[in-house]
Amino acid sequence: MRRTLRMAGVVLAGAVIFLPLSSLVIWSFAEKWYWPHLFPQQLGFFYWAKVLQGDMLRALKDGFLIAVVVTVLTLVITIPLAYVLARLPIPLKPLILMVFLLPQAFPQLPVFVNSTTLLYRVNLGGKLGGVILIHMVGALVFAVWTMTAVFKSVPETLEEAAINLGASRFKAFHSISLPLATPGIIASTLLVFLYSLDEFTGTLLVGSPFVLTLPVYMYRTSVGYELQVASISALMLMVPGIVLLVLLERYMKSEYLSMFGRI
Amino acid sequence: MVEVRVENVRKTYGKVEALKGATLDFKSGAMTAILGPSGCGKTTLLRSIAGFIQIDEGRILFGGDEVTQLPPQRRGTAMVFQNYALWPHMTIFGNVAYGLRLQKIPEAEIRRRVLKVLELVEIGNLSDVETRKPAALSGGQQQRVALARALVVEPKVLLMDEPLSNLDAKVRQRLRAELRRLQKQVGITAIYVTHDQEEALALADTVVLMNQGRIVQTGSPQDIYLKPSTAFAAEFLGVSNQLEGEAVDGTLAIAGQTVAYAGPVRGKAVVIVRASDVQIEEPAAAFRPGTMALTGILEESLFLGAHYRQYIRVGQIVVMADSADPRPTGAVRLVVPSEKVQVYQAA
Repeated sequence: MRRTLRMAGVVLAGAVIFLPLSSLVIWSFAEKWYWPHLFPQQLGFFYWAKVLQGDMLRALKDGFLIAVVVTVLTLVITIPLAYVLARLPIPLKPLILMVFLLPQAFPQLPVFVNSTTLLYRVNLGGKLGGVILIHMVGALVFAVWTMTAVFKSVPETLEEAAINLGASRFKAFHSISLPLATPGIIASTLLVFLYSLDEFTGTLLVGSPFVLTLPVYMYRTSVGYELQVASISALMLMVPGIVLLVLLERYMKSEYLSMFGRI
Repeated sequence: MVEVRVENVRKTYGKVEALKGATLDFKSGAMTAILGPSGCGKTTLLRSIAGFIQIDEGRILFGGDEVTQLPPQRRGTAMVFQNYALWPHMTIFGNVAYGLRLQKIPEAEIRRRVLKVLELVEIGNLSDVETRKPAALSGGQQQRVALARALVVEPKVLLMDEPLSNLDAKVRQRLRAELRRLQKQVGITAIYVTHDQEEALALADTVVLMNQGRIVQTGSPQDIYLKPSTAFAAEFLGVSNQLEGEAVDGTLAIAGQTVAYAGPVRGKAVVIVRASDVQIEEPAAAFRPGTMALTGILEESLFLGAHYRQYIRVGQIVVMADSADPRPTGAVRLVVPSEKVQVYQAA
């Protein structure tokens, strides 16, 4: 009895998770599918072939390029900043962290619309640079908050022990805190990368009409009722997400989460 | 091996004065314990010597050289921390070798010195120190590694910040004895901070007692224990009775009873008597000269393992007395040899 119940639970959960996705898979292979048929009348690789020749590859390439640049820039800014926030007695620390949270506190659309007009004024609208900037506004929030927590979880006495034996402050950071924080930094890097890859609103508003990333591409195709193309791009968009989330789960230590937001 | 001298060291955090002008010599090659309750400034003093804390006023000298302005990296001290502070991502060998690698010493020489010092601290099996991480060791073993890491760089001064207080009682006792043997063997100037009076008395050549940012008393463990100079010192060292009294010429009134008193204190006084010095006698026992006697009622007798502790009501107060055997409740006479009674002017 209990086994049957458990089986039923697994099936139900599986259905909730995978059924909506399965329609994506079916749609991506459907060459002909008219109402009232339950399944496509004709299956094939026509749309996959079409997509892999067209704009989608450009969207994929640009999306990854933007995500990589955003991730690298965010790391370069955040690692020193988070380290300083975690270690040094800086006045107004909560205020500084709050500033990074502010863009998220307001409704996204007005913030992005405003940013768009600003970026067009400085000639960054419709360009990769503008999209990278708008992604970083969101990315920095994740990164600063998680990495401050990560560096806080490394006890300060570990660095003091190194300094005491003659290490410079930089050497202590580089040989003690940085290696100990690496799993957390990787986790936070993955978060930022995924965020940038998935970001839609800002990319659409700032980047249009010249910058094309996968989410924007998907939006355009589905608005144009090319459901097959939209399904394929949705599936493509899920792949890096799933791969990175598996990695994330491996690297994220619960200690970091418990330190999250603690100043 | 250098002498360490602190002169009139002051440190204030906001409105809290952590150190109110400490002046002290730490003898070269000796183990000095800084003893005091939490918040007394002992850790602040130790961290000032290490250079982690910039002092507001005063000077710190190592063997005649002033180090007050030197950063911690250049002071040549080595510290052992309460939480061991071993680096979890390095092997045991890597932890101990860290200080030597910073000095760019040839790897063969590093190997020789690391293994030698690990042998000295009796870490046990040396074959796998290059593969095992510190987390694989017990607390006591971890603290041995931390000690090895400090000793291997041959520091001028060894600083220890409550190194044994995270360990369980048995390991603590054993490491205490070993720490003393090691310090004598290496002959290093060592400063040891602790709040555990037993540890300080057992380990140190000199005990420095601190309270509220000031040095209260300095002396050999025997001096500190037997001749505490203030009521605080007497109270802090050992289980003591602290009684309020009123001293008039030749007599001392305690809880409504009067005893003979020949000391210099006049007016309000604090009388300190160790529980182990109080003898319990029959209420009708004859008065013996050279003693202080009080009468009271024994209310309770508790078994503490090594001895029994009696609680005796004397007027408004309760006096503790330790004895080898339990005593029946009822009226008793308390007798303390006069030289074991310490009388201090009340603050």
